[in-house]
Parts: sequence; structure tokens; C-alpha cells
Amino acid sequence: MRSPQHQHEAHARQDDHSGHTTEHREPGFWGRYFFSTDHKVVGLQYGITALLFMFFGFSLMMVMRWQLAYPGHPIPLIGHFLYRLLGPEMVAKDGSGVAGVLTGDLYNAFGAMHGTIMVFLAIVPLATGAFGNYVMPLQIGAPDMAFPRLNMMSYQFYFLGGVIMFASFFIPGGAAKSGWTSYSPLATIADTVHHPNGQTLWLLGMVFLITSSLLGSINIITTIIQLRAKGLTWMRLPFFVWAQFVTAFLLLLAFPPLEAAGILQLMDNSFGTSFFLPTGLVVSGQPLHIVGGGSPLLWQHLFWFLAHPEVYVLILPALGIVAEIVANNTRKPLWGYRSMVYGSMTLGFLSFLVWAHHMYLTGMGTRIATFFQTTTMMISIPSVIILTALLISLWGASIRINTPMLFALGFLPMFGIGGLTGLPLGFNASDIQLHDTYYVIGHFHYVVAPGTIFAIFAGIYYWYPKATGRMLNEYWGRVHFALSMIFMNLIFMPMFIQGLAGMSRRMYDGGLTYAAVGGVVGLSPFVLYLNKIISHAAWALGLAQIPFIVNFFWSLHHGKKVTSDNPWDSTTLEWQTPTPPGHGNFNKPIEVFRGPYEYSVPGHATDFTPQNEPDPPTP
Amino acid sequence: MEIPYTVERRPDTGLYNAKIGIWLFLASEVMLFGALFSSYILLRVGADPGTWPRHWLDWHLGGFNTIVLIISSVTNVLAWASLKMNQWEKYRMYQGITMLCALVFLGVKSYEYYDKFHHYEITLTDGRIADGHLQKPETTTNTVVIEGRFVESHAELMDPPPGLAHPRIEIPRSQIVEMRNYGPSHNNFTGLYFTMTGLHVLHIIGGLLVIFMLWGPLNGMWKTDPERYTNRVEVAGLFWCFVDLVWIFIFPTLYLL
Repeated sequence: MRSPQHQHEAHARQDDHSGHTTEHREPGFWGRYFFSTDHKVVGLQYGITALLFMFFGFSLMMVMRWQLAYPGHPIPLIGHFLYRLLGPEMVAKDGSGVAGVLTGDLYNAFGAMHGTIMVFLAIVPLATGAFGNYVMPLQIGAPDMAFPRLNMMSYQFYFLGGVIMFASFFIPGGAAKSGWTSYSPLATIADTVHHPNGQTLWLLGMVFLITSSLLGSINIITTIIQLRAKGLTWMRLPFFVWAQFVTAFLLLLAFPPLEAAGILQLMDNSFGTSFFLPTGLVVSGQPLHIVGGGSPLLWQHLFWFLAHPEVYVLILPALGIVAEIVANNTRKPLWGYRSMVYGSMTLGFLSFLVWAHHMYLTGMGTRIATFFQTTTMMISIPSVIILTALLISLWGASIRINTPMLFALGFLPMFGIGGLTGLPLGFNASDIQLHDTYYVIGHFHYVVAPGTIFAIFAGIYYWYPKATGRMLNEYWGRVHFALSMIFMNLIFMPMFIQGLAGMSRRMYDGGLTYAAVGGVVGLSPFVLYLNKIISHAAWALGLAQIPFIVNFFWSLHHGKKVTSDNPWDSTTLEWQTPTPPGHGNFNKPIEVFRGPYEYSVPGHATDFTPQNEPDPPTP
Repeated sequence: MEIPYTVERRPDTGLYNAKIGIWLFLASEVMLFGALFSSYILLRVGADPGTWPRHWLDWHLGGFNTIVLIISSVTNVLAWASLKMNQWEKYRMYQGITMLCALVFLGVKSYEYYDKFHHYEITLTDGRIADGHLQKPETTTNTVVIEGRFVESHAELMDPPPGLAHPRIEIPRSQIVEMRNYGPSHNNFTGLYFTMTGLHVLHIIGGLLVIFMLWGPLNGMWKTDPERYTNRVEVAGLFWCFVDLVWIFIFPTLYLL
């Protein structure tokens, strides 16, 4: 992503390395963009791949929203195309013979893959793979990651995992269709016709993704421990680095149990074991020919042991990005930096002790539920500490409004709504009513969609000038923000109403089966009408991303050029590099003398004091 | 561009990069095997009474393999110590023993797997069960020949008494309802046995390959950068000792309990 205007800097950089030309040949196109070990290239690879997957995952949902709003009608525009692509097993014809009606199987596959793609192929790779890789080493003053080759392999494993997941749509029987949670025994018996089936590929893809995240997290932790610049002590680290550090530990320790669970489920699906299949399992009236004795609850325990920490993997880097942008645009130090650091560590630790709050309805027992209810309430404390610290940081500031700051400011209340609506789900008494309804969908999407994705957008607008040397267009950035904000809320707010009305999240016809007819108690016409509002808002949200996509590519060559290496007048080290940073990042050895957020220090000439600026000599 | 602390230690942490990396990797491995051990506990505790087998594995073989692996860990450490003392020939010898031990372990393990895959539980039309090792050469399309015993019920197989005689039994195929070998799908015990030891064997093979590559094809680094080479041997050794430790937990869990 290097603009021609900055070629001269690139040349200047190569000159610095001219002494090494004998050992090091200038890499060609493939070497530079596909097999690069430079953390910035790997970060951009992660970022672009993950953004594409995010759009793909969102497209799956836009198709599903048609079925929910207009059940049984052929999908307009792309219905015929889907019919040709996936065949009559997956896409049906309506009464008048028009092709393009989503079948239940395809709906289930899209639902499962939407979750899988959004979590494992889009948000986490963006938050840790892209931002963690690109920004973190710059912020700690490191020349690269500690293990550059492992870093390259981490992306390649991720890419292969993504290819396998994507390919699973086109094999006989289609992609995995048992939810992103792949609950057993459903995941084993959902497709008994095809072997290997979509679930097999899902498990295989997950093995690649877990390997990728393992290599990535080892790299991030080692880099932060070993490669901090001279003088950069732990309490001088920008909060973003702390967030990446805790996140990497969560990935490192929470993913292996899912890998173990995946191996066990693969044995169940392909080698006839019964780890998760109970005795006497009957499918379609036929007893299954298995030995039995397994435990479906075991899968859920192993799965959620990963998937709950995963929630904090989604949110911690987002909080880190927002913290950087808030400090920069309030021109003040973060309020309660230390509390935020200790809060994120507490959050990381407690996130391993709350997993079974996803399982209150499984019959695991009220005593266990009470334990997990208690830990769940405890984990809200550090989350609230971090969010409160960010809110108080705004207090009394003369806030500089720009696109990154707008997204960061949007993040705070959206994440707040997401977090607070989670409390009734954390108490097992109220969860019994709300479990598996649209309320749950509304809750976690508020955390992840207008929460984490807004933070990711904020990060893209904020660090884009560092990566490319040009600013994104401010006007279209604000349009993108305003439209996204409106439509995100129009999508997810009505889901709370639907959920409280008792609408189950699993229904393929948008709850029509349970509609109130002739005075019988059921879902009211208003609740069903909300489906249409949500769907139209979802498609509008899709259109609202066009300004962003165009802006992203247009600004590569036509955006406003940055006039300095530090366009936002920031204190942290990533702005002390050339723009864009070359291989090795810093032109001179870097030494740190102060904390990360010394903004508006009284008596200082500018309202920011970079971390590597030495103290004036004392007279 | 050089990455700092690939060879020398960072003063404030006292470690080189790869050493932190391998310990983090081992932490994740603890979680991986920990999840399998937890699954073992949950499945065993949740099993119906009288359905969890005991003494299905030969502790003599398992115990022998335990000793072999412990020896390999000791020689592995001695090999690294020899490098530290600049004794290249000793390193080659000790690491040779390590690899030999790994091969012995794999040999014994293959025999155990072979044994389980040839062990059949045969349900007969009269309700009895014949249980024993299939005699492949003598088995024809009409009769199945095993060396084993008859039992009245499946429950009797759960804890076979030691020192059973293994007479030769011929069973006409017409009397057989079902034949199931003691492979992964036999029950959850064999399933866990094959999954846990299988994953462990993959780790042994991986460790063996790394140790061999450093010992043989890639040992040129000892001449060019001896300190880095020694560090690599140390990191590989940490992995090897961990794999050994995993076996020390697997052995009592599956063979003795």
C-alpha cells in the first residue's frame, strides 16, 4: 500500500541498508506481498483478508434476512444465481416455479457459517492479526515481531483455514449447519449421508485457524516481553499494547481445549466413537448404531471454555484501539490508566471462569449455575471499570472531533448497551426466559457489531495515514459513521423487543409458525413486522459501507497527503517512524523517557510530548 | 535487519526469545492435553456403573515405555549439557540414545495398537460372547479362529482376571451376529486411549524429527553459530521433556486406574 509519492522515502530506506545488499536481495512482488515476514505486510494481509471475510459473512446474513422478512419468497436479484451455484438441494423454487427460495438446510448453513466467519475469520483476525501485527511492534519500538517467519506462517495457516471454510459451501451436502457452536450430537447427525461433510471441513478449518492463532499469540506475547524499546517499562506501555498482551494470553490458553474438542468430535463423525453421543440416541425414529455412553454436555463445556474468553478476545483489542483514539483526541492523559491495565488483567483471568453461563438451560444443575452466575457478575466489574475510565477521560476535555473519534465515541454507548443487556442473561433466573431468543442476538451483536466493528473502523481511519501516507476522506468518513450508527441501531434494537416477546432465534420462517392467530397467544403482528424493519435496515447498512469501500481505495492515490509523520499530534511511538515505515521500522535507535499519554503538559511548547522525547537538561 | 535477543539474553528478563516462545507453546499444550484429561474424567465419572473397563492395557508394556521415555529425557539433557561444555562427540552420542529410545517407544506402541486392532469381541447367535485375538492365517470364509475365551455377558469383559488361558476357538461364521475389534469405536475407553496416545505419538514423532534434523542435516550451525545451535537444542529438549511428562500422566491414567 505504498503510494508513489512516498517512493523517495522507500529509496532513502534502502540506501540505509545498502551495506547489506550482498546478503539480502530486494524481494520481488510475491516475496513482498505474499511471503513477507515484515510484520506490517503480514498485518495488512490479515486486515484485507479479514475485511473481505467480514463482507462475505455479512452478505450471508443479508440473504438470511430476506427469508426472515419474506419467508418462502424467492430472493430477488441473486436468487437465481444462488440456484445455479448451489443447486436444487439447497435453493428451491416457489409455487410458480421461480427459483431462489432459501431452503432450511441452506439457511442453517448460512447461519452457522455467518457466526464462524464473523468470529474466527473476520473480527479476531482484524483485532489481533491486523492491528496487533501492524501497530503493536511500532508502539513498543520494536524492529519487527520476535519470530517473523512464524508470523508469516500464522497468516498462511489463517488463509488456508479460510479457504477450507469457504470451500465447504460447494461440497455435496453443503457447509456445516449446526450453528457456530457445533453442538453435539446435532453436529454429528446433521448430515449422515455425505462423508466427509461440511462439519468435517469445519473441524479441519478450525484446526488451521487454531494453529494460526497459536503462532500469532506466542509471537505477540514474546514480542511484548522481549522487544520493548529501551526505557519502555510495563507501565509506560500504551493501553493498546496491554490489551493485545492480555488478548494473546486468552487465545493461547483458551483455544487448545476447543482443539481437543474438535479432535474428539472428528473421531465421533469419522471414526465411530461416541464421546459426545449418549446411549440410546434416536434419529428420525431409528436408534443410531453407536456404542453410546458419551456426554453432549462435555462438548458444550469444552466449546464454551474457548468461546467465552473469545468474547473478551473480541472486545479487549477494541477497547485498546478506542483508548488510543480517546487519549489522542481529548488531548489529555487517559483517566485511570493503571486501573484500566489491572482491570484488563482481571478481565482476562475471570474470563476463564464464566463459561458455563451459556449453559444454564442444559440441566447441568443449579449449584453449578449459581457458581457461574456469581463469577459472571464479578466479571462485569473490570469491564465497567475500563468503560468508566474511558468515559471519565472525556470529562472536561476540549474534544477534537474527527472520523476516528466519532467511531470511538459511538463505540462507548453501544458497548455499554451490549454490556448492560448482558446482565439479565448472566442471572440464571432471568436467562431461562431470554435464552435462545432474539434478545441474546441483540445483546451480543451490540457488543460485537456497533461495539468492536466500530472500534475497528475507528482504528482503520486512525492508522490509515501511517500505513499509506494519506488521510481517508473526512466527509465520507463522517457519512459512513452516521449511516452505520443509525442502521446498526435499527437492526439490533428491535431484536430486544422480539426476544422479550419470546421469539426464538432458531426459526427459519422468522417466527411465522408461532404467530398469534384468532386470539390464540403467540407472536403479535407487530413483533413479526419488526422482521421487515430489521431486514431493510440490514440491507441499508450494507449500502452504507459503500462510502467506506470507495473511500478506502480512492484515498490510496487521491487522499490528502500527510504533512508530517505524526498527523494526529500523538505521543506514542508508532508516529515516530517514517511514513509508511520501512522494513525495520525505525530509522534510529529509539529510547523512551515517559508514559504513553503526556498530552497538554503544562509548560511544554506543544500540547503533546512524544514518549521518546528526552527531558530537558536540569539547570 | 536483526531481531534483538534471538541469541543473547535480554538483561531484564534473563531470557532469549525462543525460550519464552517454547514455554508459551508448552502452556498451550498443557491446556490441550488438560482438556483431554478433563474429558476422560467427565466421561468416566458419567459412565453407567459397570461399563468402564479396567486392566485392558498391559501395564508391563506401558511401564517399559515409561522407563524408555524417562531415559530419553535424561540423555536429552545430557546432550545439551555436553554442548554447553563444548563436547560435540558426546552430544552426538547422547542425542543418538535419545532418538533410539524414541524409536523403541514407537515400536512398543505400534505393537500395542496392532494387538488392540486384532482383538475382537464376537457376539454369537446363542447370546454368548467370544473374546480374543483373531488368528488371521487360519480364518477362512466359513470359520473365524481366535485365541481367547467365551463369556456369558458383556459385563464380564469389563475387568478380565489376570492369567487367563487363551485356548484356540473356532467359530462358524453362521453363528456370528457381530464382530467388533478393540479399536477407537469399541467404547469410550478405547476411544480415549487411541485419541490420547495417538496425539501423544504425533508429538513424539514431531519431537523426534526436530531432534534428528538438528542432530544430522542441520548441524552446520554448530560451526557457524554454536550458541544459537545450543539454544535450539535446548528449546527442542524442553519440548521433548514435556512430551515425556505427558506420557507420565497418560500411563497411570489409562494403564493403572
